[in-house]
Amino acid sequence: MVKYIFKRIAFALLTFLIIVSLCFVLIKLLPITDAAQFGQDASVIETRRKLLGYYDPLPKQYVTFLTKTLFGGDWGVGEQIYRTKDVWEIFVEKLPPTMLLNVYSMVFAVPLGLAFGIYAALKKNKWQDHFISTSVMIIVSVPSYVYAFLVQYFLCYKLGWFPFLMKEGTDYLSWDMFVSVVPAVLSLSFGTIAGLTRYTRAELTEVLTSDFMLLARTKGLTKAQATTRHALKNAMVPIFPMIVGEFIGIISGSMIIESIFGVPGVGGLYIKSITGNQGNPDYNFFMLLSSFYTLIGLLSGIVIDLSYGFIDPRIRMGER
Amino acid sequence: MANNTFNKKIADMDNLPVIAKEKFQFAQRDGAIHDTKLETKPIGYFKDAMSRFKKNKSSVVAAFIILFLVIYSIVVPIAFANNYNTSLGDNLFLEYGKLLPKAEAFLWAGWDGCKNVELGANDYNIRRAIGVETGLSPIVTAEKFTTVDETNGKTYTKYRVKLDTYYDLGMYIIVVNKENYKAIMSWQDEHQIQVIFPAVDYKAQDSTNAQRLTERTANIWYKCNDKGVPTLDQEGNFQNIYKISNGSDNYSSLRLESDPGTWSYAAITGAADMDENGNIIYDADGFPEGGVSYKLRVCKYTYFQYIYGIEPSFVFGTNSVGQDIFYRLAQGAQFSFMLAVSVSAINLTIGAIYGAIEGYFGGAADMLMERIRDVLGGIPFTVLTTLFQLHFADKVGVVGALLFAFVATGWLGMAGTVRMQFYRFKNQEYILSARTLGAKDSRIMFKHILPNALGTIVTSCVLVIPGVIFSESSLTYLGIINLESSRWTSVGTMLALGRDYLSNYPHIILFPALFISMLEISFNLFGNGLRDAFNPSLRGSEG
Repeated sequence: MVKYIFKRIAFALLTFLIIVSLCFVLIKLLPITDAAQFGQDASVIETRRKLLGYYDPLPKQYVTFLTKTLFGGDWGVGEQIYRTKDVWEIFVEKLPPTMLLNVYSMVFAVPLGLAFGIYAALKKNKWQDHFISTSVMIIVSVPSYVYAFLVQYFLCYKLGWFPFLMKEGTDYLSWDMFVSVVPAVLSLSFGTIAGLTRYTRAELTEVLTSDFMLLARTKGLTKAQATTRHALKNAMVPIFPMIVGEFIGIISGSMIIESIFGVPGVGGLYIKSITGNQGNPDYNFFMLLSSFYTLIGLLSGIVIDLSYGFIDPRIRMGER
Repeated sequence: MANNTFNKKIADMDNLPVIAKEKFQFAQRDGAIHDTKLETKPIGYFKDAMSRFKKNKSSVVAAFIILFLVIYSIVVPIAFANNYNTSLGDNLFLEYGKLLPKAEAFLWAGWDGCKNVELGANDYNIRRAIGVETGLSPIVTAEKFTTVDETNGKTYTKYRVKLDTYYDLGMYIIVVNKENYKAIMSWQDEHQIQVIFPAVDYKAQDSTNAQRLTERTANIWYKCNDKGVPTLDQEGNFQNIYKISNGSDNYSSLRLESDPGTWSYAAITGAADMDENGNIIYDADGFPEGGVSYKLRVCKYTYFQYIYGIEPSFVFGTNSVGQDIFYRLAQGAQFSFMLAVSVSAINLTIGAIYGAIEGYFGGAADMLMERIRDVLGGIPFTVLTTLFQLHFADKVGVVGALLFAFVATGWLGMAGTVRMQFYRFKNQEYILSARTLGAKDSRIMFKHILPNALGTIVTSCVLVIPGVIFSESSLTYLGIINLESSRWTSVGTMLALGRDYLSNYPHIILFPALFISMLEISFNLFGNGLRDAFNPSLRGSEG
């Protein structure tokens, strides 16, 4: 098991390195955009280019990038957006809103999704099940931004319950802040609830029809006991990794929801880094965020796989 | 008891009816005995799947909705093209932005381009003035009521108005040259529709502020106060401040009914050509030659009729930049479909070949190719799209770069599916026999295994389409890519255009959002139906 974990992590790191290197090369092949803060003075621009090693051969630049940036943690300063501010610091600043939003949405969505799924599975082929399954089918398909528009129009505008945009400031745990993120949380949750419901229902119905459930009932357990102690535990084996995967994903967030509700998060930063200043992307931010998204993606893959073995020791990861 | 009935039966046997011997005949005296040919038709793999698919009602409905949407996207850009929606990039478009949906056939259902608003007395009068001048009143119905302001205890008169957004467009000032001026006049004479309205003498306003306001706002043709609120006379009528003509406007066309014949219809700017004696040169119609232009006050509604030859009426309304949503959405849909289908087809080709090689040969080749797939799969899609846009957008265009991005990692999933199918089939007996008979690897792969895997492949092909459309709309919504051109647009761009007007003009977002929701739902239903039809064993397991 330990060997397997190390193998997975080593391979993920290798993949990460390859992708980041690819990104680096592709960015370096683009024409140089000079930092906007130094104006038009040619001599200053030239000095800066030399200092930053723009004229070095690519392999040398690559080594500098690896040692100084990727492992050294110095991602440079903002050149087009957040000029002269440290890229890493801005990035860290943007993490809390994104995480806050996604933690709330998970806290809201996971219990509901599980509850609906369990209910539908227990009422299999009755009208409740048909109703839930049909709604889930529809809700899963509709894109999240459509919910965002619906929430914004009805809850924020027509009823006026919530503000249109997320509150500014850094008091992330205050009540006002909570109210202002509710629309975004709701829009994010619909899809998660529906997805989880569908998955839970499918897994649980399969477990409920298996032989050991019959045995549990024969030896005298009530239906409730059998379901909670035996069926749910077994159904959780594939469901739990899915939830864990979503939790990892919370740091990367949803760009589209963040942009609709004006959340000052990582997704917004990424879009800003691309659109940049007058069409000039900010490559420093772009490199950091690309690496970040890649790492999160790879990490969640590993964690999902490992959590299978963790929740059910009978599953030995890495064996064929 | 039982014995009794048995005995009775025996007794019945004795009383059997007597049938004459000649009534009997041999069943087959001469005919050869053989199996009859099967009357029913053989059911193949696809026919079997089709019959299963037909039983799934929701999928069939979904298939019809998809068909309907496809037809919409193909037919509308051809059949509903008119002078307005094909002439994009015109500054005039902005003048016709944010009009509400209006369909001639559904006027009774409230689909009439009107909205219900509450107007204060001043706003109400400004709207009324438009109606009085043009005869096209924006106020369809009005209901007067009074409210009391809680804070200062004053009573206000207000109106609940059903406002026609098309007539509410009002006036606007255009500057045209001599030829256009003549053309508008002759069009007016021909159609008997008033386009040009009398010029306004803004100096006739009492206060300087009102003068400035009148100069800026084309809608004011009446005496008003500093805020543009009409000053009414004793009978409650508007008092016009039209300019009196000095004859230089050369206007010789329709006049307003109330016009005594003296009002000026154009303000003249620019210098006319002079001959050497300093006299203005006139053309045959009596218009001065040279750089003279005419500043006209035109009614937007009738000017639209003049320019585009149709009355403004938009089934889905217009968006914030004046595009006809009904037409533009069809263009966006067409683009989405074409992109999704080509991505799906290319993915299928690359994925099938790659997955076939992986699955068929297995071993080290499989191991290596799987690792390549892992690495490529680790690249976040947004990052990939951005990089492709930065690199290729200049060379192959935005659409080309987007297509590349979709294809670059899109085939990974297809390759995985095909690989699994190959693992499933490659050790079966019929493959062994084909190999024994000397079939080449390529023949076994594409002639013997692939057709068996076709059902699964078709299903995943279909399920790729909603994913592509969703990603594309998200990316265009976020502005990471911009597909907007005269020929193409994207549903995402249309949504982004409506975002700032969500509260007051929800229709701009409603129709694109409705379209994409319907599309996603029906494609998912259709895809699931296909999967159930091709793989009955998978039925019920979602995802």
